[in-house]
Amino acid sequence: MKSKLFSYNYEDTVIHRLSGLTKLICFMLLTFAIMFSYDIRVILATLVFSVAILRVSKIKWSQISLMVLYVVIFIVINAFITFLFSPEQGVEIYGTRHLMFKMFGRYNVTQEQLFYQTTKLFKYLSVIPFGIIFLLTTNPSEFASSMNKVGVHYKAAYAFSLTLRYFPDIQRVYTDISQAQQARGLEMGAKAKMGDRFKNSLMIIIPLIFSTLERIEVVTNAMDLRGFGKAKKRSWFTVSKLKRADYVALFISLAIFAGAFAVSAFINHGRFYNPFI
Amino acid sequence: MKRTPIIEFDHFSFQYFSQAEPTLHDICLKIYPGEKVLIVGPSGSGKSTIGHCLNGLIPFYYTGTIEGSLKIKGQETRDLDIFQLSKMIGTVLQDSDGQFVGLTVGEDIAFAMENDCVPHSEMHERVERVAKMVGMDEWLTSSPYELSGGQKQRTSVAGVLIDDVDVLLFDEPLANLDPATGKTAIEIIDDIHKNLKRPFSSSSTRLEDVLHRDVDRIIVINDGRIIADMNAHELVSSDILIKNGIREPLYVTAMKYAGIKVTPEMKPGHIWSLDTSKVNTALQRWDRSVNIPAVVNDNQSILKSDHLSFSYDGVHPTLEDIDFDIREGEMVSIVGKNGAGKSTLSKIMCGFAKEDKGVILYQSANLKGKSIKERAEFIGVVMQNPNQMISKPLIFDEVALGLRLRGVAEEEVKERVEKALKVCGLAPFIEWPISALSYGQKKRVTIASILVLDPRILILDEPTAGQDYRHYSDIMEFLREVNKLGITIILITHDMHLMLEYTPRAIVLSEGRMVADTRASVVLTNREMIEKANLKETSLYHLAELAGIPDCTRFVQNFIDYERTTRR
Repeated sequence: MKSKLFSYNYEDTVIHRLSGLTKLICFMLLTFAIMFSYDIRVILATLVFSVAILRVSKIKWSQISLMVLYVVIFIVINAFITFLFSPEQGVEIYGTRHLMFKMFGRYNVTQEQLFYQTTKLFKYLSVIPFGIIFLLTTNPSEFASSMNKVGVHYKAAYAFSLTLRYFPDIQRVYTDISQAQQARGLEMGAKAKMGDRFKNSLMIIIPLIFSTLERIEVVTNAMDLRGFGKAKKRSWFTVSKLKRADYVALFISLAIFAGAFAVSAFINHGRFYNPFI
Repeated sequence: MKRTPIIEFDHFSFQYFSQAEPTLHDICLKIYPGEKVLIVGPSGSGKSTIGHCLNGLIPFYYTGTIEGSLKIKGQETRDLDIFQLSKMIGTVLQDSDGQFVGLTVGEDIAFAMENDCVPHSEMHERVERVAKMVGMDEWLTSSPYELSGGQKQRTSVAGVLIDDVDVLLFDEPLANLDPATGKTAIEIIDDIHKNLKRPFSSSSTRLEDVLHRDVDRIIVINDGRIIADMNAHELVSSDILIKNGIREPLYVTAMKYAGIKVTPEMKPGHIWSLDTSKVNTALQRWDRSVNIPAVVNDNQSILKSDHLSFSYDGVHPTLEDIDFDIREGEMVSIVGKNGAGKSTLSKIMCGFAKEDKGVILYQSANLKGKSIKERAEFIGVVMQNPNQMISKPLIFDEVALGLRLRGVAEEEVKERVEKALKVCGLAPFIEWPISALSYGQKKRVTIASILVLDPRILILDEPTAGQDYRHYSDIMEFLREVNKLGITIILITHDMHLMLEYTPRAIVLSEGRMVADTRASVVLTNREMIEKANLKETSLYHLAELAGIPDCTRFVQNFIDYERTTRR
């Protein structure tokens, strides 16, 4: 039974062959770059790049569709709320005001706001593929060994890989619980009111927590019984040394990272690209 | 023969900090190198506590007061820590899925070595050697999700064998396995024991299955004390098992029904060692004497599946062309090995998944397009683990939950909850918090919380998993009572005893297809079906063969009928 949201699966691609550590560093560099820049040209370029990498790593749509759906929902809500709370944000940032049409009260749509929100939307969109690639192509145990190698304590590193190991289990339990509670009459869909929905989600989360705690006890015992934590150090069954491809990947990511900063510093003279002046 | 024991309990007592009474009282027990010892007892008897004391989880993880002495290889355990103990005693936990910490088989086997800082190259070499010993060398890169229950258990065994331990401790080795896998597991343990080690295993509910292979001694524990320490033949002939709430092998029960006094001379400890030559005539006579008409249910159809097919990915069918017709008031079991499609079938019935082809009819009305909630008006589903259903701190609120979600008036809620709790024998606990209940009682709460909704059909997933004989009987007798109220019951199970004793009819699934829909006695005596569903032949069948009874299936059916009419 494969997990639906995300789980590591092995394919033999350049991306999969990269060490876990490389992927972590690249992921962080690229995310920082995108998060820093509000230049839609930079963002679109990275988006193209990230989608290309996604193709290279042979990730199938079926593996990620659910996760993408959640993210899209988040982005849409985010866009809506941004507009709700600060409809004039774009005007403030870009310093001009091109009115497109009026809605009601202070809610007027301006070109600036539209541009600002579009930029933000693409920002999120271009980060997602990197996250997906990182999660789906990294062998958790290899990741733990890499992290340990650069100085993270092995207990912390192992905790991370355990999270990934048991995540699919917990997810399956979640689905089971949710279905069983729905069969008792729990309304999960849009029909329920906001307040009810919160109360209802507790009805799934509480049993989930209790059954997960049960599970944790078993896993802890199993690990203690095989001597986890007795020494200051630990060796790793799965280790991959940094190869040429790793250095190339690190270099490319660093270049993109530096590029994004350079564009802001020397061309835009700020984090925002302003087409209105 | 004078040997030094490898494990020596001497007037050993233990009390958990959270408990008012000691869990183990004055245990004196010696286990010698090379022995294979079985510890049995009902739940709460203290047998798991003995295991925890041996492997160091007590007092390392579970704290409490120890009195007396426990020596392993002559060393007092209280002077050792859990890591030193883990080099002498290898523990295979009952939940082989939870024990699987690594992401792949190889990694999991290497886990103990990683913690010992064994160099990378040596680790790979040793992993390969041990994996070969348990027959997992072809699977080193597989993840736990790709493995069967049996393979996971082999991996767990390899993971402790890698340390060259002196004692292997199996905690309930059969708990989560289907009958055929359980049989193989016992064979693996036996082979390892013969070839290199000294296993020491403990089990409660499935004594008969553990006795599939030889054991040197059986220790019976109850209320924290050792009740008996004898060989299998003596134990099975005595009344110790029944008195202590442990199920005796079915063939022994059958012999008792036939009025035979079981003695150690018959070697009744294992079905393969049993000598019935002196009692064959008695068995044959009894077989002929049973003449109970079969119960025929000719009520109207309540749930019918017609050419039902389903696939998760649209390519590989999970269910194909399933046809059955369950009548009102029936009690049916759905059996088959893991992945055969049992759970999927129940999900489709409840509307959690949608069929691709075919239809499901409830009282001849097509269920297509009915939502989970609409179906819940007449189909109730109870999950295997009660902790996965319970979301309220108080029993009353938990049972009332479904009614309140339906907007039923509070007065009616009260009335219906009280009634449901009464049916489930929980009336005295109505104001109790759920945390004060035992596992079996929690199970009843979950059943009550479904019964309160007044379903016509109740689907239960492994209702007795992990229960000892007393709780097993309690739950099943209770379900029988529920069934008598006219509620149709569908059980998803791989417990063969349950199937034989409680469900007159069994639907057998294998690789998504229905291979049988017939009486349990027929399923459990038909070699082809047994193989397809990962079941194993009931020992009653072997008994009938031994006794020279011509129609073995008939003999099994007679046993079921006889038991049904004599049970109080």
